[in-house]
Amino acid sequence: MAQDRETFAAKRIADSLIAASRVLPEPVYEAIAGAVPEGGKAENVMEAIRSNLRVASERSLPICQDTGAFWCLASIGRESRIPLSRVERIIEEGCLDAAERGSYRRSIVSDPVYGRINTGTNLPAFISYELMDGTGLELRFLMKGFGSENCSSVRMLNPTAGEDGVLEAVISMLRAAGGKPCPPVFLGVGIGGTMDRAALLSKKAFFFDDPSYSHLAHRIIKAADDLMIGPGGLGGRPTALGVSILSEPTHIAGLPVALTVNCWVERTALIAFAEEELC
Amino acid sequence: MLRYLMLPYSEDGLRAIEAGDDVIVSGTLYVGRDQVHRRLYDAVADGQELPFSFSGNAIYYMGPSPAPAGCVIGSAGPTTSARMDPFSPFLMEHGLRVMIGKGPRSEAVVEAAGRYGGLYLQAYGGCGALYSSCIISAETVAYPELGPEALLRLDVESFPAVCIIDSRGTVYRG
Repeated sequence: MAQDRETFAAKRIADSLIAASRVLPEPVYEAIAGAVPEGGKAENVMEAIRSNLRVASERSLPICQDTGAFWCLASIGRESRIPLSRVERIIEEGCLDAAERGSYRRSIVSDPVYGRINTGTNLPAFISYELMDGTGLELRFLMKGFGSENCSSVRMLNPTAGEDGVLEAVISMLRAAGGKPCPPVFLGVGIGGTMDRAALLSKKAFFFDDPSYSHLAHRIIKAADDLMIGPGGLGGRPTALGVSILSEPTHIAGLPVALTVNCWVERTALIAFAEEELC
Repeated sequence: MLRYLMLPYSEDGLRAIEAGDDVIVSGTLYVGRDQVHRRLYDAVADGQELPFSFSGNAIYYMGPSPAPAGCVIGSAGPTTSARMDPFSPFLMEHGLRVMIGKGPRSEAVVEAAGRYGGLYLQAYGGCGALYSSCIISAETVAYPELGPEALLRLDVESFPAVCIIDSRGTVYRG
């Protein structure tokens, strides 16, 4: 019985991940469909992007050959009785099955420096665990392509840098990225905590948005566009299609700012389980 | 301006293409990314035989997703060219002329393109499904142990790209 539930849960995860590699979430699709290209080769690039989305969905091919690393945030209810080993297992089995059935590229190597031998499974998944209210389990996935991840970064600002300092830091990271991350990009910004927490927040920001930072998000998107990096990095507009910011408390001496750059193929999946589905 | 590039290329064909041109590529295309570049670099430096001739041939920076049943290849869009920058000038010095990838190149690559008459084309990033439909055949030529990073030979038709660096070393900057 428990085994059946586990198999069923893993399959639900895999099905979501396979779908996410082929069809973009509605808001992302809308942002791309609604983008007004201007200057450079913006029109050609946006047209290629739209044709690509059509072909991917018609032929059930991954939108991009870099199907990404599985990044997962597992949020577990504080009052939950779901066994933690089961949470880990269904994530791993779901990812394994998605890579297999979804023709994911095997993009993970076992050691970053020595040998760089491909694991052949696209695993391990990069999982962060956290507690949330309630009894359920929520899994949030990014299929993180690395052309854009290579442009992600953390800066430790002075505590007095303020909103202007954060804006400047994000824009300077984006300027350095230029056409490398497949613009137009989606940006996740994490502010506060410690260096590593800011980095985690910058990925979590693709799922939660803090409305008290919407003014800064608006400034970032405008300044990003004014860089005129443009679609494909070939000039013009737009450069960024979305900015989402999350923050948390930090130390009196610091102001950590992390930026996760996502290409226009912003692939996410959210899978929620009630406690009884996994107990 | 719209140009057509047939591969293997002729010298005249290369010189006709200018930075900013839209380029439609057809013919034989070799595929190699990071680890292949490391190996090609070492092979040239050690005077070993290359798995394909640089003369007339182009290299496409790409690592495909697996081919689903009934397809010759999976998604097959360009990867970030900048990672190949440390290797490209040396490979151009030894005969490589045409490179296809995405994103900007280093000044050293621009300079080498001008010096050796090289060409850098940019394919549309993230458009793996679109490029898959331009590929007629695909086979592994060398380094199969690299998995998705192996050196492949493709036959492509009407593969769309933009010339970013032309054979005079002129750069399209948008």
